[in-house]
Amino acid sequence: MLSIDRIAVDYDGVPALHDITVRVPEGAIVAVVGSNGSGKSTMLKTAAGLLHPSRGTITFEGADISRTPAHEIPKMGIALVPEGRKLFGKMSVRRNLDMGAYTRTSRAEIERNLERVFRFFPRLSERLSQQAGTLSGGEMQMLAIGRAMMSNPRLLMLDEPSLGIAPNLVDRIFEVIADLNAKENLTILLVEQNVSEALSLAHFGYVIQTGRTVLSDTGKALLDSPMVRKAFLGM
Amino acid sequence: MFSTELAQTLLSGVLMGLIFSLVAVGLTLIWGIMDIVNFAHGDFLMSGMYISYWMYALWGIDPLLSLPVSGAFLFFLGMVAYRLVIRRILGAPMLIQIFATFGIMILMRYLAFYFFKPNYRSIQQTLLSGNIDLHGVYLSIPQLAAAAGAFLTTGAVYVLIHKTRVGGALQATAEDREAAALMGINTDRMFTLAWGIGAATAGIAGSLLSTFFYIFPEVGGIFGLIAFVAVTLGGFGNVAGAFVAGILIGVVEAMAGYLYDPALKTVFVYVLFLGVLFFRPQGLLGVE
Ligand SMILES: Nc1ncnc2c1ncn2[C@@H]1O[C@H](COP(=O)(O)OP(=O)(O)OP(=O)(O)O)[C@@H](O)[C@H]1O
Ligand SMILES: [Mg+2]
Repeated sequence: MLSIDRIAVDYDGVPALHDITVRVPEGAIVAVVGSNGSGKSTMLKTAAGLLHPSRGTITFEGADISRTPAHEIPKMGIALVPEGRKLFGKMSVRRNLDMGAYTRTSRAEIERNLERVFRFFPRLSERLSQQAGTLSGGEMQMLAIGRAMMSNPRLLMLDEPSLGIAPNLVDRIFEVIADLNAKENLTILLVEQNVSEALSLAHFGYVIQTGRTVLSDTGKALLDSPMVRKAFLGM
Repeated sequence: MFSTELAQTLLSGVLMGLIFSLVAVGLTLIWGIMDIVNFAHGDFLMSGMYISYWMYALWGIDPLLSLPVSGAFLFFLGMVAYRLVIRRILGAPMLIQIFATFGIMILMRYLAFYFFKPNYRSIQQTLLSGNIDLHGVYLSIPQLAAAAGAFLTTGAVYVLIHKTRVGGALQATAEDREAAALMGINTDRMFTLAWGIGAATAGIAGSLLSTFFYIFPEVGGIFGLIAFVAVTLGGFGNVAGAFVAGILIGVVEAMAGYLYDPALKTVFVYVLFLGVLFFRPQGLLGVE
């Protein structure tokens, strides 16, 4: 479905990614792990159109989206829950969700998506008029995921959704991701520091290091690989 | 003691203040969305004044009727200014951005000098004229109408920003350009729209003013500066803040003229400005 093929990306001439290849088959959960600064967020931002590769290509359902501007990506069926959540802090929860549905024009469809968000995160429905900036960390993450769901994506990309939230909520977030995949047919591309959780959830996994894909296998196999165990699990 | 003279002063201050508010709202909108101070804002207003003036002088069209024309023309001009100039300097250093909008200001001002001459002009006969007598407090009807028009326009901008889908997109762009793009919002189009709306409000203010204020090429300087003060007082990017600050400035100016010396009324506005900068740099209504 999404194919990131040997891309290189730089920030104003300073290279951040050298050679990244990640393939996301339709219906799968794919996890990308790597240490701090290895380029995970840069990869997702590039797939979302915020950055463009200087080499290599990104294709989505066969179409080359390497140079597609970010604002045209959501209506193709891709949504990103960005690192740090990037909510509209001064707006209400409701308006944040409306912004997520910006590319949707059918009222009925927006209502359906809204109900689905509330089914996954009932807590959001109780906080609709609250300013997003005043939510707790966990609620903010729920809203960030909910906002992305409002565009009714087929591919959902998440950048460290477990970061900065309470441990009991971390499990809930991973549960939601599994459900979105299994019950709602969403394809998932997940970037995580929480390596063991992410790889046990994922069908396929990739390890990236200083801007290069260095390892790829099924989630289970990676969990058992000596390199992952040594580098990320402290074993 | 609440004399009629004092009431008269306060009321005219509020009426003028409502126009300052409208001018400030356009300026703060542009700042809020892209962190650029538009030094040409007052000259957009000047253009609106001349549009109403010439439509009146050449064809006898009342400013009330030329107001939509000047709103529409300035909307277009604001978008053109963004597309031709501002867009090129978006990521540039502050100083370059200042020079760019300053350049637009100089260009507009001297085009006005060249084509319209430095003469002070005014519109004499309008549909609305005369005074209303409220127990000895006289309010000029043109000024009252201008204030009402300014209030309505400011309200319309407020509703647009806070209640509509496109307003949400403007706010989203103001808060986080990248996150807005991830929602599918074309932020470049929002910038263009913000310049259109900002300039249109200034143009409308110009037409409203044209019935009772002198029209001359440098008139934008006065209003541009006052708008800047209002934007600072109200908190940069804060539409409601700019609205309140505009009225406050109108009242301070009128009171200073009444209690002290009309020639120095603007000085008091700057004293207020410096005072607030010193004690509440985030603006009167701003939050830290
Ligand atoms: N906006 C930026 N401008 C310049 N360099 C950047 C920028 N963002 C990231 N980088 C650099 O690009 C490289 C990859 O960063 P990136 O944020 O993609 O890593 P990451 O894997 O997401 O790290 P983390 O786990 O800390 O989130 C780093 O060397 C980083 O310093
Ligand atoms: Mg990151």
